[in-house]
Amino acid sequence: MEKFTKFTSRLAPLPIDNIDTDQIIPARFLKTTSKAGLEDNLFCDWRYDAQGNPNPEFILNQPQGRAAQILLAGDNFGCGSSREHAPWALTQFGFQAVISTSFADIFRGNSLKNSLLPIIVPPEVHKELFAALAADPAATVTVDLLERKLILPDGSSVEFPIDEFARHCMLEGVDELGYILQQESAIAAYEAKRPLTVNTLSVA
Amino acid sequence: MGQENGAAKKPRTIIEKVWNNHIVAEREGAPTLLYIDLHLVHEVTSPQAFSGLRQRGLKVRRPDLTIGTTDHSIPTHDRSLPIIDKIAENQITQFEKNCREFGIPFYGPHSSKQGIVHVIGPEQGLTQPGMTVVCGDSHTATHGAFGALAFGIGTSQVEHVLASQCLLQSPSKTFEVRVEGALKNGVGAKDIVLNLISRIGIGGGTGCVFEYSSSAIRSLSMEERMTICNMSIEGGARAGLVAPDETTYQYLAGRPAAPKGADWDRALKLWRQLPTDEGAKFDKTIYIDASSLEPMITFGTNPGMGIPITGPVPDPARISDPVERESLGKALRYMDLPAGKPVLGHPVNVVFIGSCTNSRISDLRAAAALLKGRKVNPKVRVMVVPGSQEVKKQAQAEGLDVIFQEAGAEWREAGCSMCIAMNGDQLQPGEYSVSTSNRNFEGRQGKGGRTFLASPLTAAASALTGVVTDVRTLL
Repeated sequence: MEKFTKFTSRLAPLPIDNIDTDQIIPARFLKTTSKAGLEDNLFCDWRYDAQGNPNPEFILNQPQGRAAQILLAGDNFGCGSSREHAPWALTQFGFQAVISTSFADIFRGNSLKNSLLPIIVPPEVHKELFAALAADPAATVTVDLLERKLILPDGSSVEFPIDEFARHCMLEGVDELGYILQQESAIAAYEAKRPLTVNTLSVA
Repeated sequence: MGQENGAAKKPRTIIEKVWNNHIVAEREGAPTLLYIDLHLVHEVTSPQAFSGLRQRGLKVRRPDLTIGTTDHSIPTHDRSLPIIDKIAENQITQFEKNCREFGIPFYGPHSSKQGIVHVIGPEQGLTQPGMTVVCGDSHTATHGAFGALAFGIGTSQVEHVLASQCLLQSPSKTFEVRVEGALKNGVGAKDIVLNLISRIGIGGGTGCVFEYSSSAIRSLSMEERMTICNMSIEGGARAGLVAPDETTYQYLAGRPAAPKGADWDRALKLWRQLPTDEGAKFDKTIYIDASSLEPMITFGTNPGMGIPITGPVPDPARISDPVERESLGKALRYMDLPAGKPVLGHPVNVVFIGSCTNSRISDLRAAAALLKGRKVNPKVRVMVVPGSQEVKKQAQAEGLDVIFQEAGAEWREAGCSMCIAMNGDQLQPGEYSVSTSNRNFEGRQGKGGRTFLASPLTAAASALTGVVTDVRTLL
């Protein structure tokens, strides 16, 4: 993982609540065994019409959406399926952060493991951001993960909540597995006192 | 599992008990490291995790606590035929290769135990009370029906668990769902959970684990409890469970992977300590009066958009919040449904009976009982997809396959099928289905397809008439 640094970007507004991961990347694209190329089908069924032509109404087909590294979405973004293909598709397309009032748990966890920052803002800030973009589609915000701050188009800033451990991993560009494997002795100690449970090999 | 003694000071919920029993390490500034008792793996969300293991030169720590099955991308037509979709075939072949290389037992397309990951775990007796269970699939909460803490995880976490048998996780809030009273005829477990989600919304359980409790839950069979726990994620919850009781133990006794003899007695002693203590506090509680429920049906594009089957579709014009109003309006445009009118009587093209929510033997028995001696409407394609090869075998032993086929329904091979529509089983653009599955998202059952979620009884009733039907009129 690369280190996550402070950046300034335009925003792609997608004012729809409850955007599920089936919309972010439809299931028919999950037959792949790699991560490559998922960005081509990001929001596929909203982005392309039945003939496969780009839908000009959709934000990612417009210069404003193309120029953005931040997606501004409605409440409860990323609900539904646990597919990590969703944050993979978003980051490969070029997004580094998603702003919403809330995120579904699994999507939020998956994003943090892929350098995609889920930024939770209060409803009034959320509304202000949409309004600021309506007034000026080129408006920008700055994401400062070190300070846990989002600097808004008017220069004011708002602090966002983030799990400390995930923040550390993103800033340092390290992943969680290394940390887990360092705890080998604790895992072995737990296993030693663990009562008898199942053996999947017995039902193979 | 249950290695604490009974000398707890403060009354605790089952959620806290299972959590505490699995703490491997707690360090300042990091989430809890939690031990995982059972890891279920399938072909769609694991390939990149196995690649990660290879890149790092790691092995699977506990193949004996891991099991694989092929379900999502596998065709449900005759298994002696080749897989037409070469990309899907490659994924399945790769999965078998991964399992072999890392020593993980698995059920391939031709195994007599193959089936949907959330059907085979309980079926084999692998899912047991007090366990932690994970799978790279959001419907993993199904296993909560046994009093297990069961989380859906992403592919990075699949890799973590393969390598370490552990998961980094922050504690959840506890959310008690009390369902009291007796269900009326024609109303079942699916209607309870669709009602819950319609009330709390699809984000209502975010950050929480549900405990489903009280008289209506106690009276349900294990398979009905699985239906309810299965859809916990559709209410946004991380997991959902039911405390074990005699129904649980009876279901488990004698299953292939269940403990035997003295081990069974020892396990039972531990399991009996799991239920929530008298006086334990939950962060949230909701009450549902089971006796007031009607069969439920969804009208929109998320599982929270559900109504009693005789009720009207809500009107966006009556919603004040503009984003909420637009979200409902967008859903009704996608579904091409008028506001303010019931969906009852709406024509359907396809009826799908299957998925990890409703593909077990009791679901098939319920549907077959209604279809027996009747014919489905000739305009409707009716697909019955058993959850596993064992469910299929049992259904055939009872003659259910004959009932379905004589009624004009398709009797197919086990898999996720048209719930996720990545194996060729799918709706055509504009088609409507009544489905016993768990998601009605745009395009979920095929690009442009429109889904009404309902119980197996409502699905079977609608198959007979060709329109969305209140099963109570046919009982």
